[in-house]
Amino acid sequence: MSALLVLAITAPLLGLVPLLLLGPRTGERAALGMLAVNVAITAGIAERVAQGGRALGYVVGGFAPPLGVGLRADGFSAAMMLMAALVLLFTGLFAMTGPGDMTRKVKARGSAGMPATFFILLLSLACALNLAFLAQDLFTLYVALELLTFAAVPLVCLEGKAGQLSAALTYLLFALFGSVLYLLGVVLIYGLYGTLDIAHLAGLMAQGTGGATAGAALALMSAGLMAKAALFPLHLWLPPAHSGAPPAASAVLSAVVIKAPLFLLVRLWSDLAPLPLTQVAGPVFALCGAAAIVFCGVVALAQERLKLLIAYSTAAQIGYLCLMFPLAASDDGPWSALAWTGGTLHLVSHALSKAAMFLAAGLIAETMGHDRLSGLGGVGRVAPVSVAAFGLGGLSLMGLPPSGGFVAKVMLLTSALQQGAWWIATVVLVGGLLAGGYVLRVVVIALQHPDSDAASGRGLPDARECRWRALIALALAFGAMLVGFMPLAPLPFLDIGRPVTWEGLLP
Amino acid sequence: MTGALLFGLAGAALVGCGVYGLLTAPGALGRVLGFNILGGGVFLMFGVVARRGAGAGFGADPVPQALVITGIVVAFCATALAVALLVRLCAVQAEAARGGDGDKET
Repeated sequence: MSALLVLAITAPLLGLVPLLLLGPRTGERAALGMLAVNVAITAGIAERVAQGGRALGYVVGGFAPPLGVGLRADGFSAAMMLMAALVLLFTGLFAMTGPGDMTRKVKARGSAGMPATFFILLLSLACALNLAFLAQDLFTLYVALELLTFAAVPLVCLEGKAGQLSAALTYLLFALFGSVLYLLGVVLIYGLYGTLDIAHLAGLMAQGTGGATAGAALALMSAGLMAKAALFPLHLWLPPAHSGAPPAASAVLSAVVIKAPLFLLVRLWSDLAPLPLTQVAGPVFALCGAAAIVFCGVVALAQERLKLLIAYSTAAQIGYLCLMFPLAASDDGPWSALAWTGGTLHLVSHALSKAAMFLAAGLIAETMGHDRLSGLGGVGRVAPVSVAAFGLGGLSLMGLPPSGGFVAKVMLLTSALQQGAWWIATVVLVGGLLAGGYVLRVVVIALQHPDSDAASGRGLPDARECRWRALIALALAFGAMLVGFMPLAPLPFLDIGRPVTWEGLLP
Repeated sequence: MTGALLFGLAGAALVGCGVYGLLTAPGALGRVLGFNILGGGVFLMFGVVARRGAGAGFGADPVPQALVITGIVVAFCATALAVALLVRLCAVQAEAARGGDGDKET
């Protein structure tokens, strides 16, 4: 029993109290402090999992899992929690600071710090994410997903413009459709097995008694999670929602919010579903992922607005995780473990680099007053640190060394080649080329000589980027590069606590 | 035909209607209604599962009933959020339209 798991879920909610009682300024500091505490708690959980070499468990109210609700942290969920907590803290810092530019003639948007509502939503996100990473009960996971949606949708329309509101509405409808499909799958599972606890279900499903109904239930749940994670055929809501939101909000939405349904997708197929079923479903996911990488990558190349380009790149990068499914589900021990590590590292490094890129894009747009690519010539002179953060983040997307994206892609590539899945290897390489195309296009424009920008007929504005906030974006980009110093081998930490079981964790 | 089968078929029909409405309704309000019908069907399935699982002489299996209450509350909140967004969107669009007219007049 580890009380840290409960603290991880309740502490962010406690941070809401000063926000509501003490007014915005003090409350925002308290909220930021609570996000720092959240990082400390998740780091503590990760440290204990690594030290003990086994999962941590907590049974709420002392009711054992077949009936009660259990929380459980294994290596995979601890890594994801720590990543999410770090991104939330950095984004909170970014959103908090920024009065430095108040006097300059920049767009008022974003330069005065975000409203207090943003911090309420940020703390709610922290709570929902931790719950999604820890819960071991399919229905509690449904509640966590809904909490996440309800915190994420208002982030899209914080400024209340018509375009943002309609993007938020589309996002909400997609997410609701997804959650109802997920719930339908949960009903079928309960009807079949009479329990919703993942560990117990995994044992029951492995006996192969479910037949077609179990397959249908898993398919329904996966379709629901795909709608929430914006996986290829269901990605239509993502670009308007993520590009329209304020920069700090886009960063959290793209970096961590869509990672929770992806995490659950992995949980579902690697820990819950029996291996033969996963081997059937894996190629389907990989096809969706491949289509996402190629299609959204090409669309990103054609974008005229910087934030839309980054949003389409998010939709493309989600695909890499899905390439992992058939590779990780094979019987080929070491190579499937390598794919598993590669997919997880890609999740982490994408979160850090994408947060850095969205924050940098926000600063660039703030300095220039717009984010049309054609008018950004020479922006490297007025916003050098932001452009550097964008470029370093992009390095990880392209998969150039040394970066997290490089390590992740090399692992996926090696695993694919060793298992003879040449088409997956091709997609990994093509995706890297496309990412190189759209990242370099921005960087080249940003480093041009300002005079060559004849089309817009305007010089560079007098404004300078806010250095302090640009450094936050740069720090996130460096985080993505640090992931690149991982050894090119399966990470034992991610295998701690798998397969899912309550053995030794119950009181 | 047992009660569970009848309600199960009714739930399936509701789910079908809901998905059709959610996918084909022209306006956002229609989609929200479709979501609610779909949700109603899923909750009815929960009831059926509770009934079918009550083989041990109980009136019904209490766990799905507890779950369905949570589900209904969540679906209600979701509907409220969607309708609030829709109302706000209509207000902003109406204001923009009025503002646009005003510009033309002056």
